[in-house]
Amino acid sequence: MSEHNIRNFSINFGPQHPAAHGVLRLVLELDGEVVERVDPHIGLLHRGTEKLIEHKTYLQATPYFDRLDYVSPMNQEHAFCLAIEKLAGIEVPRRAKLIRTLFCEIGRLLSHLLNVTTQAMDVGALTPPLWGFEEREKLMIFYERASGARLHANYFRPGGVHQDLPPALIDDIEAFCDPFLQVVDDLDNLVMANRIFKQRNVDIGIVSQDEAMEWGFSGVMVRGSGIPWDLRKSQPYEAYEEMDFDIPVGKNGDTYDRQVIRMEEMRESVKIMKQCCAKLREPAGQGPIASTDGKFAPPPRREMKRSMEALIHHFKLYTEGFHVPAGEVYAAVEAPKGEFGVYLVSDGTNKPYRCKIRAPGFAHLQAMDWMCRGHLLADVSCVLGTLDIVFGEVDR
Amino acid sequence: MTFLEVLGTVLLIALKSFVLLAALLVFIAYALLADRKIWAAVQLRRGPNVVGPWGLFQSFADLLKFVLKEPVIPAGANKAIYLLAPLVFAMLALASWAVIPLADGWAIADLNVGIVYIFAISSLGVYGVIMGGWASNSKYAFLGALRSAAQMISYEVSLGFVIICVLLCAGSLNLSRIVMAQDTALGLFGWYWLWLFPMFGVFFVSALAETNRPPFDLPEAESELVAGYMVEYSSTPYLLFMLGEYVAIMTMCALGTVLFLGGWLSPIPFAPFTWVPGVIWFALKASFLFFMIAMVKAMVPRYRYDQLMRLGWKVFLPLSLISVIVVAFVLKLTGLAPGA
Repeated sequence: MSEHNIRNFSINFGPQHPAAHGVLRLVLELDGEVVERVDPHIGLLHRGTEKLIEHKTYLQATPYFDRLDYVSPMNQEHAFCLAIEKLAGIEVPRRAKLIRTLFCEIGRLLSHLLNVTTQAMDVGALTPPLWGFEEREKLMIFYERASGARLHANYFRPGGVHQDLPPALIDDIEAFCDPFLQVVDDLDNLVMANRIFKQRNVDIGIVSQDEAMEWGFSGVMVRGSGIPWDLRKSQPYEAYEEMDFDIPVGKNGDTYDRQVIRMEEMRESVKIMKQCCAKLREPAGQGPIASTDGKFAPPPRREMKRSMEALIHHFKLYTEGFHVPAGEVYAAVEAPKGEFGVYLVSDGTNKPYRCKIRAPGFAHLQAMDWMCRGHLLADVSCVLGTLDIVFGEVDR
Repeated sequence: MTFLEVLGTVLLIALKSFVLLAALLVFIAYALLADRKIWAAVQLRRGPNVVGPWGLFQSFADLLKFVLKEPVIPAGANKAIYLLAPLVFAMLALASWAVIPLADGWAIADLNVGIVYIFAISSLGVYGVIMGGWASNSKYAFLGALRSAAQMISYEVSLGFVIICVLLCAGSLNLSRIVMAQDTALGLFGWYWLWLFPMFGVFFVSALAETNRPPFDLPEAESELVAGYMVEYSSTPYLLFMLGEYVAIMTMCALGTVLFLGGWLSPIPFAPFTWVPGVIWFALKASFLFFMIAMVKAMVPRYRYDQLMRLGWKVFLPLSLISVIVVAFVLKLTGLAPGA
């Protein structure tokens, strides 16, 4: 047999694969165990979110964002609300800003906890995810106590948040912080310091600074390569300006660096959460939790019983919805997985003309091919884990 | 010898084998449950606790479930080999128990070359895996089979040298004699785990690799190959693979007990501890080793294929080779060598 009659061994990785992080199908071309080519096939979770949003009022469209990256729902809602607020020029009260900041950081913990511990699972340790889920459970309960839903919260609204936090919840979140840092330390000792975990992650999936820029990476994927780029610092939104926190960056741009950064970011998030809790208790942190003009956020219920105008506002908001002035806007937040952006085009009606969602996972997934090339089959799931892919947002 | 005498001997051996197998399988049913419970405890779960008190009948319920399920044979599979593979695997795993002395004189066949027999039988076990992986006509299963063949061969080499160290000290290939050689006035400090300590470590890790347990579970790596060579199996054939795997683990525990932990001997060499039947000591020691194996499973990530090979050929093989030389020299120079 001549040389070119030899065909590579191609296998189907997914869509029913335990390590495919959802419904990803990878067609792998293998030379023995060495990966020659990775061909990601996406779209198995496509739900037409962007098109659906064009047929919903702005308020009705918010819940769709929970269902994108369902690991950290509120961070997605946030980008959409910011886009509307930017376009319509809505002033968000300070208390709402603090609450949003607090819950964005809770979302970051939710996402990083899942990613770091499932990374351990991707390299074969089945136990850490269960430890991570224990902490995630507590955070989900905070979601539930704030919004009534554990996962699909629909809590951030244009103009603020849906309802105020009960004072006890702020105390409980603060009480959660320090014991959680202990858990992060434990994970550091048990997972990150594990010799086999290091052997499996160090020097795998190296991304240089140039490559990170070329492929449109964001979030941990660029910070892992040593670029200190974080939207919370570079173009602060909400209450991030007044918060004191650091941006951890990596050195080698490999999988291990990115996991260490995620661990470090959890510590920084806890720092921000503590500051938020303190500021929410100060007199300056009191006040309304949504815009008060009645044009974008519904008036308080007790006012509706007395004021005719409030009743009309409420009726209009929940039937026709509010109109957003014609124009286009791009708003982005530093979601746990990277830059999550919403490009919104309004034609002045009560529904968006177009809503383009920029999901970080989508940009990261396209790097699968060159990141895996030359690595072994076992590294495919490791690289996939470090990209932090959630199919809700990739397929939309 | 008359016909009746021969018949009597055959029947006696059959009866002994039956009793051993029944006891072994029940023991393994609970070892499996213990494995799951230990794993659950590390993961802050409860583990199986519904079937029977504390889930004590879980393994039997699983047995029923597997037996009653429909065996699915994939299209394009080589049917005969596909069904033969789990049988070969389970039978070979069980066969090695013929020579293991559970107590003084309690071996079905007290072979003079017992250790060689076990080694031969457990090497054959890889055939079951390769046959299953190849006959499934699935790429995942095929890769799993290839990995397991490479892995089992690599670690058998260092395992062999570890055993040679023990043989040098004991001066016999007979498992009962190896245990008796450890019977000193020092009790548990006279056993080989202390005198050949680095080798005990190498043996333990090689045993993990030999039985495809984490961190060496590459042939059935969930995050890469889903279930490796077992991926297409269901029902009783799958059960046989699982059973064979756990029997092989228990064999390794038993072998570790015989070679390093003094077999049926009491750890404290005077009454009343010596009144305890040897088989109980044996079961306790094997269970201890099993507990260690279960704990390892609960905690470690998995090696990559090349790292596994590197560890086997570049670390364990030189280490065990050097140990053989050192042990031989020490025995010769000090005149402690048996029969010297």
